[in-house]
Amino acid sequence: MPLPSYALGAMEASVYAPEVFARGLPSVLQPAQLSEGDAGAAGSTANATAPLLSLQGIALSFGGVVALADIDLSVRSGEIRAIIGPNGAGKSSLINVISGVYRPDRGQVRLAGVGYTQVPTQRLAHLGVARTFQNLALFKGLSVLDNVASGLAYKVRSNFAGQVLGIGRSRGERRDALSRSAQILEFLDLAAVRDRLAGTLPYGLQKRVELARALVAEPRLLLLDEPMAGMTASEKSEMADFVRAARDRFATTVVLIEHDVGVVMGLSDRIAVLDYGRKIADGTPEEVRNDQRVIDAYLGIASDNEALSCDEGRAGI
Amino acid sequence: MAAIAADFSAPVLPKWIAPVLLLAFAYGVVPLIGSSYLFEAILLPFLALGLAGVGLNILTGYAGQVSLGSAAFMAAGAFAAYNFNLRVEGLPLIGSIVLAGIVAASIGIVFGLPSLRLKGFYLAVSTLAAQFFVQWALTKFSWFSNNSASGVIDAPRLSIGGFALDGAVGRYLFALTIVSILTFLAYRLVSSQTGRNFIAIRDNETAARIIGIPVLKTKLLAFAISSFIIGVAGVIWAFAYLRTVEPDGFDLDRSFQILFIIIIGGLASIGGAFFGAALIVVFPLALSRLGGFLLGDVFDSGVLDMSQRIVLGALIILFLILEPDGLVALWDRVRRRLLFAWQST
Amino acid sequence: MIADFDYQFFIEVLVGGLLSGVMYSLVAIGFVLIYKTSGVLNFAQGAMLLFAALTFVSLVERGVPFALALVATFAIMVVISIAIERTVLRPLTNKPPITLFMATLGLSYIIEGAAQLIWGTQVHGLDLGIEDVPLEIGGVLISQFDIFAAVVAAGMVVVLSLFFRYTRIGLAFRAVADDQFAALAVGLRLPLIWATVWAAAGLVALVAGLLWGARLGVQFSLSLVVLKALPVLVLGGFDSILGAIAGGLLIGASEKLAEVYIGDYFGGGIESWFAYVVALVFLLIRPSGLFGQKLVERV
Repeated sequence: MPLPSYALGAMEASVYAPEVFARGLPSVLQPAQLSEGDAGAAGSTANATAPLLSLQGIALSFGGVVALADIDLSVRSGEIRAIIGPNGAGKSSLINVISGVYRPDRGQVRLAGVGYTQVPTQRLAHLGVARTFQNLALFKGLSVLDNVASGLAYKVRSNFAGQVLGIGRSRGERRDALSRSAQILEFLDLAAVRDRLAGTLPYGLQKRVELARALVAEPRLLLLDEPMAGMTASEKSEMADFVRAARDRFATTVVLIEHDVGVVMGLSDRIAVLDYGRKIADGTPEEVRNDQRVIDAYLGIASDNEALSCDEGRAGI
Repeated sequence: MAAIAADFSAPVLPKWIAPVLLLAFAYGVVPLIGSSYLFEAILLPFLALGLAGVGLNILTGYAGQVSLGSAAFMAAGAFAAYNFNLRVEGLPLIGSIVLAGIVAASIGIVFGLPSLRLKGFYLAVSTLAAQFFVQWALTKFSWFSNNSASGVIDAPRLSIGGFALDGAVGRYLFALTIVSILTFLAYRLVSSQTGRNFIAIRDNETAARIIGIPVLKTKLLAFAISSFIIGVAGVIWAFAYLRTVEPDGFDLDRSFQILFIIIIGGLASIGGAFFGAALIVVFPLALSRLGGFLLGDVFDSGVLDMSQRIVLGALIILFLILEPDGLVALWDRVRRRLLFAWQST
Repeated sequence: MIADFDYQFFIEVLVGGLLSGVMYSLVAIGFVLIYKTSGVLNFAQGAMLLFAALTFVSLVERGVPFALALVATFAIMVVISIAIERTVLRPLTNKPPITLFMATLGLSYIIEGAAQLIWGTQVHGLDLGIEDVPLEIGGVLISQFDIFAAVVAAGMVVVLSLFFRYTRIGLAFRAVADDQFAALAVGLRLPLIWATVWAAAGLVALVAGLLWGARLGVQFSLSLVVLKALPVLVLGGFDSILGAIAGGLLIGASEKLAEVYIGDYFGGGIESWFAYVVALVFLLIRPSGLFGQKLVERV
């Protein structure tokens, strides 16, 4: 959408903080109708295997606006875990907490058994966590291949002098990174565009390149922040197939945030539903589908919500 | 950015041919046919400013950290080389130059520290601190200029490995050699993993951090390398071009000049810095000739100065609006057309 | 040592510093207006200031009455501001902020060149009719001119706040500053608002230009007062008028105090960089600045 502004920098706050708009949502979504203790649908099943990721009592607010209130969540190794909710429900905040971009006010993130109050972002890749972003975060000035290869930059141990002179381990590292990236591009059906500049690709492909960049490191945990936002129906189902295939091939655990309830139902093993920063339901797609609170708070107004999500929620002001 | 052109697979000669031919011409032909005016007024400032542009382009064009203090690093390089040469007995000239680059790089790291916390305009403004502080220190403490009046320094005789490089041609070859080597290394750098990390940080710092690029280290490295190159450019400016410099010659206008060079030439392009430098050096000379020819005596030095400012400012804006990828992108298009026309005949 | 401390002198220096800080704030406010609505750091603010002062002085020297010259200069500034908005900034819509900044850098070259090409390069004296005899208030000597400048600055801030609080266009300005998407969605006409804001920045440039011109003489170096305003902006935030005022006071005071009390240790002349160091050190201790401006990128 072309914006008649001189400079996008001035708008960052509004673009990236959908939480702010929560106040404008219909009153059916008010959290008042929730009672304590409802959120434990997953509690009984989560202990079956030790979770790869678990959140305990996460709370986060931005200057008085509560984004997340006392969120517990567990993610088992190898599952596709969806987090859904209306705009402003706190989904993106949650993924930002998990990846250490935000520091929660309270609570703890446990990754593979180690607890963090704030996940160290710069060590995320070493911990085996990769993520994509809601708003495209590719490196526009690099080719598709180099974007994907940058997903392996955390492993680089040669220094700049060695790279400039082409000595030491730098050549081997580059060769290795390129061949692995090429494989991922093949896997995600992107080989045809590998030499294009990432910024010149159509939106749907850019989203897929982001997935490739995250996957190339073969992470244990893959966080996808609205991987299908703004896509056509066929692009969405294609993307869903890629996510499933990626999980199967790399045994990656996937946490994804999505608006489109339909796609999520078919793709996920378990779904958590957020509303106004609280978790109102958690369980298999079947359980969630039949949960009255979810129907009331989310699915019941799905058509409205779809309208909202089409223009990034701004119609709600 | 210039790489966009690579998307159109028009016939292109191998990449190394043009630079090699150019170098052969610069070494083999230019010294024989050039007049001393060509060396003194055009080629020497062109080489020094082009190299400074390469340095700034690494920091601003590639790594995305805008600096308004380039002249400070030129000054640091020039004065450091002068002092190493003066005070360290038996140090060859090339040693002084390398050490001067290292001094400039260290100062670059110090003034690059705010970049770890500040972004965009906040950082750009904070680099002005380097500009004013270095200029002040060099003027204030006469030790830097060996107690000369108002901080003026005179360049030593240039010689490399016993060869004296006197005269305009000698100084030209001296500058050309250093500029060629550093430019080649800079080119290798920006196409290495480190160079791609620079671009990643420029394009999306948060994403870069999350995929595990060491953002803080890489930013400081960009400051250090950029300042090293700009520092050496300062040495060439002082030793090969002007021969006598004072701190005031490295003022804010000089910093802006280098910034303009990379905007006009092309951000994130090594070659662009030289295109920009060529324009910045040649255009005032051309303007003064043209003005004198058209307006005669009315066009005095004051008027020239003012119209230079106006035209330069207008050029910047025009380039930003019409050709944001700079002269180098323009040249790329022209070259492709020519090649294409040539092939189809 | 402590007993020898001359408190009266200290207060004189402090008050003098605060008042000269007001002068910095005056320049900084022009930046803030434009930054808030369009996200552009307008480096040409200093050149505009020079142009305004030079135009005014030249008109007065040519026999135009004071009031008429003031109105005429203001009109010229408005025309120039709108022309800048149309010809330079609008074609650069949607470009990164830093590109716009560089464009304003080019703009400052054009305006500085044009101002001197039109009006000449000689130094003009500017007499606003204020006698610069120090006033004694509570045993402290304070420059009358500084007080006048502070009053004018305060007046201008009040006028601007009233304008933005009570007029339609002012409210629109605040809406745009809050959220350009939202402002657009409810049908505000951004070009009109931008033009108005640039005109307001032109007015600020005029007022600041006259005050600075009266103090330093109207000449090329007047455009360098931007360099005094920039650290103020770093400290107070590019988007806060309150920050510009507080930042100006803080930098004005610390600069004067440093010059008087520690300047000798550095051999003097530290005012060229001291303000920047103050701003940087402050940000190092408190990264969010004076009033918590957003330095942090959000995802």
